Amino acid sequence: MTHAPEHNPQIQQMTLQQRLAPAWPGLLVPLLMCAGFALTLNPSSWLTLTLSGLAMGLMIFIMASGMTLVFGLMDVINFGHGAFVSLGAFVGVSVLFALGHLTAAPSVALNLLAVLMAICAGMAATALAGWAFERVIVKPVQGNHLNQILVTVGGLIVAEQLIIVLWGPEEIYFTRPEALKGSFIIGSIAVEKFRLVAVCIGIVVFAAMHFVLRRTKIGLIVRAGVQNGEMVEALGYRLRQVFVAVFVTGCALAGLGGVMWALYQEVITAHMGNQAMILIFIVVIIGGLGSIEGCFIGALLVGLLQNYVAFVEPKLALVSNIGLMVAILVWRPMGLIPVVKAK
Amino acid sequence: MADQIDHLIEDAPILRLDAVHTDIRQYHILNGVDLVVPRGQVTMLLGRNGVGKTTTLRSIMGHWRIHRGSITFNGADISTQPTADIARAGIGYVPEDMGIFSDLTVEENMQLAAFSGPMSATRLGWIFATFPPLKTLWHTEAGHLSGGQKQMLSVARAMIEERELYIIDEPTKGLAPAIVATMVRALQDLKDQGASILMVEQNFAVAAALGDTAHVMVDGAVKWSGPMRALAEDLDLQRSLMGFSLQTAARDQSATKSS
Repeated sequence: MTHAPEHNPQIQQMTLQQRLAPAWPGLLVPLLMCAGFALTLNPSSWLTLTLSGLAMGLMIFIMASGMTLVFGLMDVINFGHGAFVSLGAFVGVSVLFALGHLTAAPSVALNLLAVLMAICAGMAATALAGWAFERVIVKPVQGNHLNQILVTVGGLIVAEQLIIVLWGPEEIYFTRPEALKGSFIIGSIAVEKFRLVAVCIGIVVFAAMHFVLRRTKIGLIVRAGVQNGEMVEALGYRLRQVFVAVFVTGCALAGLGGVMWALYQEVITAHMGNQAMILIFIVVIIGGLGSIEGCFIGALLVGLLQNYVAFVEPKLALVSNIGLMVAILVWRPMGLIPVVKAK
Repeated sequence: MADQIDHLIEDAPILRLDAVHTDIRQYHILNGVDLVVPRGQVTMLLGRNGVGKTTTLRSIMGHWRIHRGSITFNGADISTQPTADIARAGIGYVPEDMGIFSDLTVEENMQLAAFSGPMSATRLGWIFATFPPLKTLWHTEAGHLSGGQKQMLSVARAMIEERELYIIDEPTKGLAPAIVATMVRALQDLKDQGASILMVEQNFAVAAALGDTAHVMVDGAVKWSGPMRALAEDLDLQRSLMGFSLQTAARDQSATKSS
């Protein structure tokens, strides 16, 4: 055995600027909230808009998180991701219709049970569909971006048409279960019940993903795989199996997002996933491809900005997200928290 | 009879490449590589830049698929196996680019390398004694490490669990002399423990110090194989195979130092 060689590094204290550098992306969310308050100048409106923005942002995060991980881990661009949002929504709403006696019952527990069953059914259906989609559509075109775009867009069209075949071409309107209708009134502030539930679910999903990615071996493999998949395999891990698991989980999360989006809008169409894809892409790009934390921050920024701008200047709401994306990419061309840089 | 079989197995090479051909896109890189890595020895793979040394190692690890020939590890053909299964068979790999996970801490890099479970305290103690900076920088993100520290981490990752074969691609590339010395001591330690090592090395002095056997590649095939000592002593052979000799290399080095 050899002993201490000459090389002995010293760890120096970082400057305040160096310490703050990694925190900047996270600070954007409170900064945007402050800016929103300065624009609205009304605590009640500001709180309503902020909660609405957080709920919307967290739902987008749930839908986008799987896509960013799949891209980071296996360099796969899945334009068909929106299909799972639509499928999750249709399956979830179908379950809610089937459980009409529970959703209409004047019991919070029974209402929430119905929603939980709808979410579970939506996630199970999208997980299963995701597994089939990966095997039939994604696997044969791995490693070829152009083919991936063409084939996954084709998969999205087929999935949308299948939904139309099964559920019909019309928009389906429905109402939320009794317990999720209306608002809590706290003083002069109205807090919509469903948005509060959406925020809670979003935070739980983010916390769970953060825990798995940061505290477990599988999370370590995924994080390492996003940076250098070849080396992870050279260490003995079968990355293909990890990828399939991440893909299926991502699809299930898109299904969860779809059920929540449906409950938020109270209307579903076969094209709702396709429409959500624009926001999902913006969030994935803003966050930095492959980054869950970046995706989370990006989604909150998109949700909050859209709500504040829609309140202050409704005409600008449509372009606010594109403007945000341009501004962030000018500042950080690889996104807020780039992960795939090491590839 | 059983003793005879054991004897045969012990004498059998741990790794064997027979007429291996590898293409990378339209380029034909390996042109029939024949290579034997004896058990418990350090085997050097030498040659000029671009002759296919790294491609040979990557082909063994399954990163490039061979289209002809065979690769046998411990008597089993691994040429069609996935990379993960090749590693699980007992091969530790240090790639040329070090393959560090820059967003993970040193500790997380090591945890990941410990495939079988938690890291062995004894083995970790040995690694800290060999590469003390890794202990100091244990909770630092690997992306913040210097080139030399990254190379230490890369080699330490391969060493954290006992492997039957270590495949190491240019471990001293671009390192300061003090760190080259550390690296050589670490590899010498590994060698003293009876490990089988296949190593690509451009620093001929390091190769001569560590190697038992040498294979010299020219144009995608092994042109010369023999004892490392024989190659180190034959300056004409070095010049004809690699375009330089140990003597001229030493002279060039001293001229660079004096200038």
